[in-house]
Amino acid sequence: MHAVYAFVSGPLAWLAFLLFFGGICYRLVRLLWEVNRTEKFIFSYMSWKYSLRSIGRWLIPFGTANWRLHPGLTVATFTFHICLLVTPVFLLSHVVLWDEAFDVSWWTLPDGVADVMTVLVIVCCAYFLIRRLVTPEVKFVTTASDFVILAIVAAPFITGFLAYHQWFAYPVMAIAHIVSGEIMLAAIPFTRLSHMIFSPLTRAYMGSEFGKVRHARDW
Amino acid sequence: MTDSANWDWDSGAKQIPITPWRERFRWVEEPNASPDGERVGAVVNLDEGEFAICINGETGDQVFDKAWHLRFTPSGKWYALVSEMAEWTVVVDGQTWAQNFGYVWNPLTCVSGDHLAVAVQQEMQYGMALDGVLWETTYANATYFALSADGQVTAAAVQVAACDSAEVHKFQEGTFSAAIAGNAWENRFVNVWQPVLSADGSRLAAEVRLNLYDYTIAVDGSPWPQTFTSVWEPSFHPSSGAVVAPVRIKGKWGMAQDGDLIWQPDFVQVWRQVFRPDGGKLAAVVAPKYGRWTLAVDGRAWGTLFRDMVTDVVWSPNGDRLAALGKNGASWHIIVDDKIWQRPFAMAWTPVFSPAGDHVAAKVEIDGHYSIAVDGRLWSGRCEAAWNPVFSPAGDKLLVKTIEEGIYHRRVLPLTEFAD
Amino acid sequence: MAKAPAKTEPSQALDQGLAVGVARLTPEKIESTIRTVLKSETGARLSTYVETCIHCGLCAEACHYYLSHDNDPHYAPVGKVKQTLWEMIKQKGRVTPEFIEKAAIIAHTECNLCKRCAQYCPFGIDIAYLMLVVRRIIHKLGCTPLYIQDTAHSHSVTMNQMWVKGDEWPDTLQWQEEEAQAEFEDLRIPLDVEGAEIMYSVIAPEPKFQAQLIYQAAAIFHAAGVSWTMPSELGWDNSDMAMFTGDNEIMGRIKRAHYDAAIRLKVKRIVMGECGHAFRSVYDVGNRWLGWEMPPIPIVHAIDFYYELLKEGRIKITKKYPTPITLHDPCNVVRGGGLHEKARYVAHTLCESVVEMTPNREHNYCCAAGGGAINCGPPYKQTRISGNRIKAEQLFAAKTRGAQVLIAPCHNCHSGLHDIVHHYGVGLDIKFFGDLIYELMEKPA
Repeated sequence: MHAVYAFVSGPLAWLAFLLFFGGICYRLVRLLWEVNRTEKFIFSYMSWKYSLRSIGRWLIPFGTANWRLHPGLTVATFTFHICLLVTPVFLLSHVVLWDEAFDVSWWTLPDGVADVMTVLVIVCCAYFLIRRLVTPEVKFVTTASDFVILAIVAAPFITGFLAYHQWFAYPVMAIAHIVSGEIMLAAIPFTRLSHMIFSPLTRAYMGSEFGKVRHARDW
Repeated sequence: MTDSANWDWDSGAKQIPITPWRERFRWVEEPNASPDGERVGAVVNLDEGEFAICINGETGDQVFDKAWHLRFTPSGKWYALVSEMAEWTVVVDGQTWAQNFGYVWNPLTCVSGDHLAVAVQQEMQYGMALDGVLWETTYANATYFALSADGQVTAAAVQVAACDSAEVHKFQEGTFSAAIAGNAWENRFVNVWQPVLSADGSRLAAEVRLNLYDYTIAVDGSPWPQTFTSVWEPSFHPSSGAVVAPVRIKGKWGMAQDGDLIWQPDFVQVWRQVFRPDGGKLAAVVAPKYGRWTLAVDGRAWGTLFRDMVTDVVWSPNGDRLAALGKNGASWHIIVDDKIWQRPFAMAWTPVFSPAGDHVAAKVEIDGHYSIAVDGRLWSGRCEAAWNPVFSPAGDKLLVKTIEEGIYHRRVLPLTEFAD
Repeated sequence: MAKAPAKTEPSQALDQGLAVGVARLTPEKIESTIRTVLKSETGARLSTYVETCIHCGLCAEACHYYLSHDNDPHYAPVGKVKQTLWEMIKQKGRVTPEFIEKAAIIAHTECNLCKRCAQYCPFGIDIAYLMLVVRRIIHKLGCTPLYIQDTAHSHSVTMNQMWVKGDEWPDTLQWQEEEAQAEFEDLRIPLDVEGAEIMYSVIAPEPKFQAQLIYQAAAIFHAAGVSWTMPSELGWDNSDMAMFTGDNEIMGRIKRAHYDAAIRLKVKRIVMGECGHAFRSVYDVGNRWLGWEMPPIPIVHAIDFYYELLKEGRIKITKKYPTPITLHDPCNVVRGGGLHEKARYVAHTLCESVVEMTPNREHNYCCAAGGGAINCGPPYKQTRISGNRIKAEQLFAAKTRGAQVLIAPCHNCHSGLHDIVHHYGVGLDIKFFGDLIYELMEKPA
């Protein structure tokens, strides 16, 4: 078990982070290269002002017409994405690992808060799952991959929650948590989880086109 | 070319008051001046449905139900499109063509100005009339009209097969061709655009679309074997007879000659190509990158870039120099040999070279008035109207035609007038 | 994946153009065409949009077809992408002729390319662009619906939308000029005036069927003392159905003819009539194909121009229009040109009472005629009407609050809304701004 733990928290972690950061860089460079090769005109319409205006507006809960139209989803999606990003980065037991390995550390969440946030991620995942299964316009466009990526995201939180509370076999759960976290990191650049990287760019482009050329709001 | 040697290059100034016309007639349409500046004319309205042509204040006794498009030929004859009893024809220097037509439009004059052609609708059939004579064969439709430089031959894109609207598949089999002097090519195409005649009128080239997707140039009815995703209007080489045209390949534009590429398709756009008078070089307007425009000579782009456009490409008569207009926002610029004149204009007209090519002049608009600029320097005149200036054969004087305070002025100005 | 409810299909007559095109398809042709378009004509934009879409369905309520079909997911923007482009990509082009026929109908008649969904997608995915890619494939396969294909042919031959021949255009202008001279003695429709400040361009239905609109425009320009002209030769028509059939090469050609006319006439600006799609084509789309980042000569839509004339007092209103009006925001000039506040300035200047529809401005519902849908002709009229019940409801609501006249400053909107008002018995008179200005302005003796 120790050897497995050492492997998943050592070489496999390195690999996951490599794929995550390397993958992000690769996808971004490739995107820019492709735009430059085939649709260079896009650059001439990009505007920092209107990109940030659009991104900023969509980052405000209930800041757009569509957010207001779907209050439940808006609450869920903001809760989910905030907890998803904040919890792993500021979790005490994660920061401890960084400290032990690289001698760097930062502010951490109180464990109770982190625990609640983890539960919120899981609840939101369940909400998304149910939404996919019962909302006609979502169900209609749902593919198997949608469930897979939802599972990839939910898994580290479910396993992490179980491992933290040590309700099942802790060592197995800890390893499962680490592995599922690594899978998520590695999957982000190479699945539709890549919307983490690309959505600010698509939003920026649409914001620029609407702001600079069409003189209209895109929210 | 019109021989300007016989023109009056000595008198300093002549004047013809226009304002009194406005009192004599119900209204006076936009005046036009003859190339030599000796005559100025306008369509004038005498009464309801009564129009005349007023030249230097004289209207003669011809009265039309409608008259429009009064212009002068390069040789100085005036002409207009006129209607009587719901039929249309052309009047040239007071002589009305013998034949009337259902409608006439799109007049074309040749280089000497001795011949004049128009597009004609006659009994809902379409064709062209040259000096009053209609094509023997007319067609269900005709578009894009051309007259050879020597004025002997006319050409147009014509519809040669009947095709009702909504017969889309029949249309796609090809219902159009080009007619030269009224005689259509045997080949049919989906579309024919911009027929261009060789200077002597013996050959005809046009853009064609072979189906919905493949474009090429057809010369005397035969399409080039190469096809492209788009093409623009062709030009004949002034001496060799070769045909060049901008062509689009994989989303970029280049230049082809007789079907083969002579400029690689590296441009976002290529159009308005002009051969140097001796045919030794080819210039064209290009966009070397998206949203940036300049000129290219033999495929090499100039360094000066404009955001909006470049137009009015002109070679000097001896072919040493090249000028054009460029636009950035509200500013029009004159660019000569890749150098911009310092002063921008609200509008500028085609640059005019002196015979030796050492001077460039242009009609320009600045601060709501028209004026003339020479080699970047602005003449002091502030005019309500102006026409393109003409250099004297010796190149030391400039004929300037303007309207100022309701008076038409013909001035012969020494170039020293334009010194700083 | 999940089994969806059956689609609510509107009744539909046979489209000969589409039927013949589909009958000529072979699996090889379909596959190679789709692959070629996807590989050589699209790029990072398409792949990023497809890979970034998280299938959340949040675009659904942006679409008037979806709302009008009781939230049938087939009509959700992403649902339409699923039924067309996703499948083409997933099958690597190996789809059947029947699939292509269905895709043609979806992309051409169940989407108006209004871009409202781009405002509702949290990622700003441009689904209208994806539908245009489908239309491009359909064009390349020769399966474009008959009526709009015929219109594209008209554009290709005559550089106008309605097969208006070379003589018919100046003849119509001269006829309108003569008519107008009975009312304004020295009114002119000045042809080919080099150096005029403005070139006025229209769409071909005006000279073909609605010449009185040219009369009205001439009267307004005359009253305002505008320096204007119209070209007597090619390039007078600013419309563009080739943009909507995916025939980008013809689109570029007709836009060039339009700009070349303005360049030839040495005008400072192009003012265009009350048309939306033409504005989109001239201002935002056709220019790009030609390499112009922005229009080389400023494009001023009629709303913008009327705003200018009223604001500067060049047109004076004798009295305000007493009947309460409601204002339709055409997608292409509002979502596509930001003219909604100027439209309101014009409306409030002209009228005593303006009843707002909701939603409005950038969020207004499309007329369901735009994007070439009405140009697909009678076979799809019912598609437009049943696909826009929501607009009828919106209009009813405005009527309930007092509106009696509907201002639609766009030709396609005008015609599309006419069908909707008629079919649903809404009972609103539809007018252009030009109609009101002509009626209300101070006319020179």
